Amino acid sequence: MNPKKVDKAAIAVLYVLAALIVLILASLLAFILIRGIPQFSWEFFTQPAKTFEEGGGIIIQLFNSFYMLLITLLISTPVALGAAIYLSEYAPQNALTDFIRTAIEVLSSLPSIVVGLFGYLIFVIQWGFGFSILSGSLALMIFNLPLLTRTIEDALRAIPGAQREAGLALGLSRWETVTRIVLPAAMPGILTGVILSAGRIFGEAAALIYTAGQSAPALDFTNWNPRSISSPLNIMRPAETLAVHIWKVNSEGIMPDGAEISAGASAILILAVLLFNLLARYLGRKLQQKLTSA
Amino acid sequence: MKRMNVLNKMLFLLSGIIFLSACGPVVEEESITAVGSSAMQPLVEAAGEQYSGENFGKFINVQGGGSGTGLSQIAAGAVEIGNSDIFAEEKEEIDASQLKDHLVAVVGITPIVHPDIDVSDVSKEDLAKIFTGEITNWSEVGGQDLEIVVLNRASGSGTRATFESTVFEEGQEAMVTQEQESSGTVRSIVSSTPGTISYIAFPYVDDSVKVLSINGVEPADENVVTDDWFIWSYQHMYTNGEPEGLTKDFIEYVLSEPVQENLIPRLGYIPITQMEVQKDAEGNIIETE
Amino acid sequence: MEQIKDTQPTRSTKRNQERFGKTISLIATLLIVLVVLSILFFVLSRGLRTFTQHDVSVLDFFAGTEWRPGETDDAGNALVGALPMIVGSFVVTLLSALLATPVSIGAAVFMTEVSPKAGKKILQPAIELLVGIPSVVYGFIGLTVVVPFVRQLVGGTGFGMLAGTLVLFVMILPTTTSMAVDALNAVPRHYREASFAMGGTRWQTIYRVVLRAAMPGLLTAIVFGMARAFGEALAVQMVIGNAPVLPDSFTTPASTLTSILTMNMGNTVFGTLENDVLWSLASILLVMSLVFNIVTRWIGKKGAIKG
Repeated sequence: MNPKKVDKAAIAVLYVLAALIVLILASLLAFILIRGIPQFSWEFFTQPAKTFEEGGGIIIQLFNSFYMLLITLLISTPVALGAAIYLSEYAPQNALTDFIRTAIEVLSSLPSIVVGLFGYLIFVIQWGFGFSILSGSLALMIFNLPLLTRTIEDALRAIPGAQREAGLALGLSRWETVTRIVLPAAMPGILTGVILSAGRIFGEAAALIYTAGQSAPALDFTNWNPRSISSPLNIMRPAETLAVHIWKVNSEGIMPDGAEISAGASAILILAVLLFNLLARYLGRKLQQKLTSA
Repeated sequence: MKRMNVLNKMLFLLSGIIFLSACGPVVEEESITAVGSSAMQPLVEAAGEQYSGENFGKFINVQGGGSGTGLSQIAAGAVEIGNSDIFAEEKEEIDASQLKDHLVAVVGITPIVHPDIDVSDVSKEDLAKIFTGEITNWSEVGGQDLEIVVLNRASGSGTRATFESTVFEEGQEAMVTQEQESSGTVRSIVSSTPGTISYIAFPYVDDSVKVLSINGVEPADENVVTDDWFIWSYQHMYTNGEPEGLTKDFIEYVLSEPVQENLIPRLGYIPITQMEVQKDAEGNIIETE
Repeated sequence: MEQIKDTQPTRSTKRNQERFGKTISLIATLLIVLVVLSILFFVLSRGLRTFTQHDVSVLDFFAGTEWRPGETDDAGNALVGALPMIVGSFVVTLLSALLATPVSIGAAVFMTEVSPKAGKKILQPAIELLVGIPSVVYGFIGLTVVVPFVRQLVGGTGFGMLAGTLVLFVMILPTTTSMAVDALNAVPRHYREASFAMGGTRWQTIYRVVLRAAMPGLLTAIVFGMARAFGEALAVQMVIGNAPVLPDSFTTPASTLTSILTMNMGNTVFGTLENDVLWSLASILLVMSLVFNIVTRWIGKKGAIKG
């Protein structure tokens, strides 16, 4: 076989593989959306969940998911950003750095149930945070840091060395070069990392069952005092997220319409991830324009 | 320093939230946490919601995690109420003398099979033999020629402990087989896998699975109250010592007439007040008036 | 750039700034390391109690095939043989990675080298969406689609390692593909240009230049995928059957470390053998991910020298 024929055949195989992946992904999405969208109704979006009667909604769980995502990103992004900057800009090439990298990767392969139990025994019991958004967010941070650090580090590394040299040549310190030149340039890559980890946060259940809890106290959306248990803003209240709700409905739910609720909630979860992705991309573009147009 | 804004904004927002949480006006609110048996969770949650609705500013925070978690957390004093569907005495490692038992309801447990199985009644001995692996084909108990697929609950689950202590004779042991942890998953596997048998609590039974009667007795609430249907267990709410304050108030509420007569039957449980028999931690049955 | 020049600080503030930057980024890194070490310590110290406090022999644990925590054999040894779960975890992880590797690398090559437009427009967003699907939903789809499919195909109940492998394969696809894409994107443009200039075909460029250069990154992608498969619990638990026996075929019920761990954690009492032995299973998971990492690093280094 001559190289040209091999080339044709190989490219054809690549097309098949890409098509295969698209097929798998598309049928998964279709399966979830087709089963879920018929369950949508005004009540479904605006009512709190019901324990044993038909017609429960998911408003509280949906809010909890977004709020938990926000808090988790607020806690974990600075840490991941800092670590990624250290690893890509400052860390010397030695055994210690290797050790740090290995540690981070080991963290990523922890089963989420182990993270959840660790969070339960440390945050919930030992530190006395109780079943709360705070405990849940800390557990999610543990679970989320490796991937986030890694993607941000990759994004920083992808910025050509010439840009750094230009910064240094202007007499900027290394830190200034990083925060003013490298970070803005790496923003799209960083954003992808945040989006990917946001998806995982949305979908995570096992780490939250024991930390943020599996019950959602009724929220009063007119109460904005963050110390009140019924206030949506309170970070010390237990908060069942959408993914945990799906888990709970499937495992121990006794409402007659459990299957429908779980199907509808899965579809909403996907749409929420989609919405978040679009929003993050939009904000990211704005942010980058602002940062680079000075 | 305009360009440092990203980091700063984030830090600012974060500290803002922490600040707000710490300094908001104090509210007259009280909450307790009940942890444990996931099978009991819907019951306690529904009662807690109703209680919060009637008592402004009081919250009952209900979490699952399993009976083992409930018992060890209440024994450690980490929560106010430990929910369990087995007696604390049945878990050797728990110091039951510290704990005060509150029996709040009863739940029946029934064998369920795939809807296509031609069997609707089974003797207690045969049922035990199916789960020990001595009977392996439905034809041996009067059904079609189909291999029996046994689906058990996770070892240590309260439902399994109740099932084995009431169905098995001394010395019988469950075969090593498929296990699942949650009632919902068990139900959906039984409804979709030909030849499968398992068991779930009454509130979880629906049309997708077929229930079996045992020795001609139907799995129904009226048979549980007389112990004619013998696979049942109490729903316990344990407190560490005598309950006080909100905890005491809430347990009294669960035991009050409106909850016992109205809410509990609607959830598929049996009010503790209706029981005509009592069971102790060793499984002995005592007739009451 | 003008603005930057205008804000030029004096030398000493600059040094302070530099020290500040280096310090806070180092603190962030050390924080992560601290978290890792405390989890490691926590899990291992509980896991080792099986051997130190409850006197289970290491051999019985790793080579025993009978898993009945809380019960003892005639000689009084606790029946906590973890071999069935160890085998189960390894088999499903390796098989799902074996399936996912060609598909995800192939798709990633397609997205970066063959048709970047279609990749960016269709594949990338779809993959980012899929990461957000909770494992419970994967488990549910496994239960309603994959298990009956396996049952039709080979008979039996459908529960087992084959169903587990198929579900994991789909679950790790988004992770491995998106990381493989990153690895390929990181290969400098001029590598490809040099190859084309020398008369290489598209495939020759991909195979001899791009894939080689991206090898360490691709391996990391696969290891991340394997790590995810190894640690996945809720979905596998629903389709593998959870029978703690050494599997004799791909379609009889088996179990993995995580499925047994998740199933029993809530039902055991903290501090007892039944509970500690579950932490021993978690310790195996940790040690294994450590091994995965070291192996990849080693391969990565070798690959780098050759490339």
